[in-house]
Amino acid sequence: MRRIAAPLLLLILVWLVAEPMVLVGLDAVRSGGTWTLHAVRAFVVEPNEWRAALNSVALAIASVVLGGVFGVSLALLTRLAEFPGRRIVSALLALPAVLPPLVGVVAFLFLYGESGVIARMVMAVTGADVAPWRFDGAGAVVLIHATTMYVYSYLLVRGALATFDPSLIEAATALGAGRWRVLRTIVLPLLRPAIANGALLTALSSLASFSAPYVFGGGFRVLPTQIVSTRLNGDLSIAMVETLALVALSLITLVMASRIGGVGTRGAGKGIAPAPRRRGSRQSRLVIGAAAWAITGWLLLPHIALLVVSVVRKGAWNTTALPTAWTIGNYLTLITDPVRWRPFATSLWMAGLSAGVAAILAVAVAVAARDPRRALSRWLEGGLALPWAVPGTVYAIALATMFSVTQPGAGRFVLIGTLWLLPLAYLIRSLPVIGRPVVAAIRGLDAALDEAAASLGAGRWRVFATVTLPLLGPVLAGAIALAFVTGLGDFMTSIILYTYDTRPVSLEILGAIRQGDLGVAAAYGVVLTVISSGAFLLAERGRSGA
Amino acid sequence: MSTVRLERIAKRFGTTTVVSDVSLDIAEGELVALLGPSGSGKTTLLRLIAGFEAADRGRILLDGGDVTSRPALDRRCGMVFQHYALFPHMAVGENVAYGLAHERLGRADRDARVTAALAMVDLAGFETRAVTALSGGQQQRVALARALAPRPRVLLLDEPLSNLDPSLRERTRRELRDLVRRIGITTVLVTHEQEEAFDLADRIALLHLGRLEQIGAPETLYNEPATDFVAGFVGRSSRLNGTVAGRDGDALRVRVAGVEIGARGAADLNSDVVVLLRPDALRFAGAGGITGTVTHRRFAGANAFFLVAVEDGEIEIAGAPDAARLGDVVHLQPTGAGVYAWPPPPS
Repeated sequence: MRRIAAPLLLLILVWLVAEPMVLVGLDAVRSGGTWTLHAVRAFVVEPNEWRAALNSVALAIASVVLGGVFGVSLALLTRLAEFPGRRIVSALLALPAVLPPLVGVVAFLFLYGESGVIARMVMAVTGADVAPWRFDGAGAVVLIHATTMYVYSYLLVRGALATFDPSLIEAATALGAGRWRVLRTIVLPLLRPAIANGALLTALSSLASFSAPYVFGGGFRVLPTQIVSTRLNGDLSIAMVETLALVALSLITLVMASRIGGVGTRGAGKGIAPAPRRRGSRQSRLVIGAAAWAITGWLLLPHIALLVVSVVRKGAWNTTALPTAWTIGNYLTLITDPVRWRPFATSLWMAGLSAGVAAILAVAVAVAARDPRRALSRWLEGGLALPWAVPGTVYAIALATMFSVTQPGAGRFVLIGTLWLLPLAYLIRSLPVIGRPVVAAIRGLDAALDEAAASLGAGRWRVFATVTLPLLGPVLAGAIALAFVTGLGDFMTSIILYTYDTRPVSLEILGAIRQGDLGVAAAYGVVLTVISSGAFLLAERGRSGA
Repeated sequence: MSTVRLERIAKRFGTTTVVSDVSLDIAEGELVALLGPSGSGKTTLLRLIAGFEAADRGRILLDGGDVTSRPALDRRCGMVFQHYALFPHMAVGENVAYGLAHERLGRADRDARVTAALAMVDLAGFETRAVTALSGGQQQRVALARALAPRPRVLLLDEPLSNLDPSLRERTRRELRDLVRRIGITTVLVTHEQEEAFDLADRIALLHLGRLEQIGAPETLYNEPATDFVAGFVGRSSRLNGTVAGRDGDALRVRVAGVEIGARGAADLNSDVVVLLRPDALRFAGAGGITGTVTHRRFAGANAFFLVAVEDGEIEIAGAPDAARLGDVVHLQPTGAGVYAWPPPPS
């Protein structure tokens, strides 16, 4: 049975994960049944095209540098310095990790946008009737990326510091090294793997980022937005070439990161979290604390703006510095108005179903791939992880291509325009979200437990149900929760694949903004934020419990 | 070379007192072991000297100069950590050179110092090796070379041998002793193993619940324990209840297990006392003395230890391996040494 199951799972992964990508590659160099480099040539000679690619690279570099500086310094600050409210600050700083990107972008719109909170206050004070600035273009996108993607470096470096051997710092100090020398020669070099991983995640997210360039980019085109607009213009084969270019950039990033951060040096000592030193004077602690709180407040400001806008009555904040009427009606509308409720319900069932099915598939693959020495295990693992490295826009395009014709022999059916294509896309995006932690967890389980259960007479299914699954429980629950909220707030896949029946929350948020229902859009955003935070807590608990 | 002086040092973590009112004078070139069970405050005391913890009360003086409020990086204390704390991303030579940075040496001078420090611990030529590729014993010696290279005023050793295999530990201990003696550096060693303290230390400071119970040469601690705790912690002993039956000059006559024997200690006449008996306090005799039954025999090569059940307790005594067998009824006579008596601890 096991002999059939593993190859069968691999076949499913090839069908869902690999084949769509291959088809994109073929479509880029085929037109009307013949091979042609027409689209590739069009991509290469058109300055707008490679400008989008260069913009993507430049945006990724800026995001990595700024986000890295932010994230690493905040992690060092909250882990190694002592100040009032340190724990609260370090928890709040992790928040952007789970926010659907579109919600974050909308929050920025409400704060910094031309009709945002700050612009309105400035206008009310100065009496101007046009916005004092335009918040768009490359600068705006970089700002959003830096202030949301710092979280990758922050979380990874914070995690690495949690197992950092404090006696290394003490040893350096006893040898006469001051604070900066310790940081430069001991702490930062040992954090290199974490910093490199943070940079990798930031780079991949930045390359894949769609919401921020779509809403704020204006004339600043990057590959994901370029793909969508090319496709809308009907240049399908050029869109395929752009898609391939985006995949290539992601893969290059992956290879570069494994070159740079590959050497994982770990402290030789026992891993105790360095207790923050209560060394500095009371004054310096207050100064550090004030700075940390100010940065945290600034980073959270957009979300506070979102919360404020969500309780303002429509039309009560057009000309004044502060809103004139408050309401909870925006929230009630989400439930009572069927037009508003429907996209929400749609997103809920699509995200729930796709996370559930993805979990079953991911657990089956993880069980089959438990032995890391087998070649088949590595293929299975690679299949699970592939969608992680490939931008969502690319998968959306690939699935739209794959399921636009009927070729049962190639596993292709017409799903485009049906209810099922978008949930399928969510499912594939969920595979790495659930699969990576579950594979790691199942390999971390002591094989002797299974053997003990088997020696006590338990069959394979009973061992799985009574030993393996309960031990995986916390990790699995957290991973499913993360996959669920990823689907719930998805924008970049949805905007390509949605139909009348599968119009999700993210598109409704943009729709509400276009109609001027800012309060409703904000209320959607707050609800998504709350659900996402809950899922994040669940996932964190799963990680620490495993 | 330096002197270390602790004046009434106290340290609390939250509500727990870890070190209370400890005063200690360490002479130049002396090796003092801080000995005690876990939780006795010995490591905290070492970290206070190094400057990793700040004392709540009291003063720390190095060479007569007050360093109580100086940060660790100014104190010039060489420290060897329990798990060595070698920088895993640096080669052996870089680790050893780390503490030489502030001396502004030329490259050649610095390399010479590193070479000399490594030669001192028998690791000449190891400069470019990765520390992660070394055995435990070699890592320990690199840690020692790294601590000694900047020529510290004091060497601080935090359980330096506890991470080594038992077979390696004794040899390393001997090498450590020879090295420290040869350099003549003032050394403070933390250990919970009395054998290690006996072997290495000029004097042992015995700590218990954050207090200094007694400081003195190993022989003094063994033969003239100042407190009940010292007598019980240093060396093996059996503990029985007795009463003071009389005085004999400085010594007491105590009645224990039905017989009267001489004991060292101080207590009122006719009062209840706790009596501690070293394994050599009693010997097997043909008749008379304390009568008991052998319940356990532990063979230890040249001799054996016998557990003898007596009237109100058990006594461990040493003897020839064939002195008695399990179940034998035996008679025990005092040898005239190794008996201590104290008033019982307040309950």
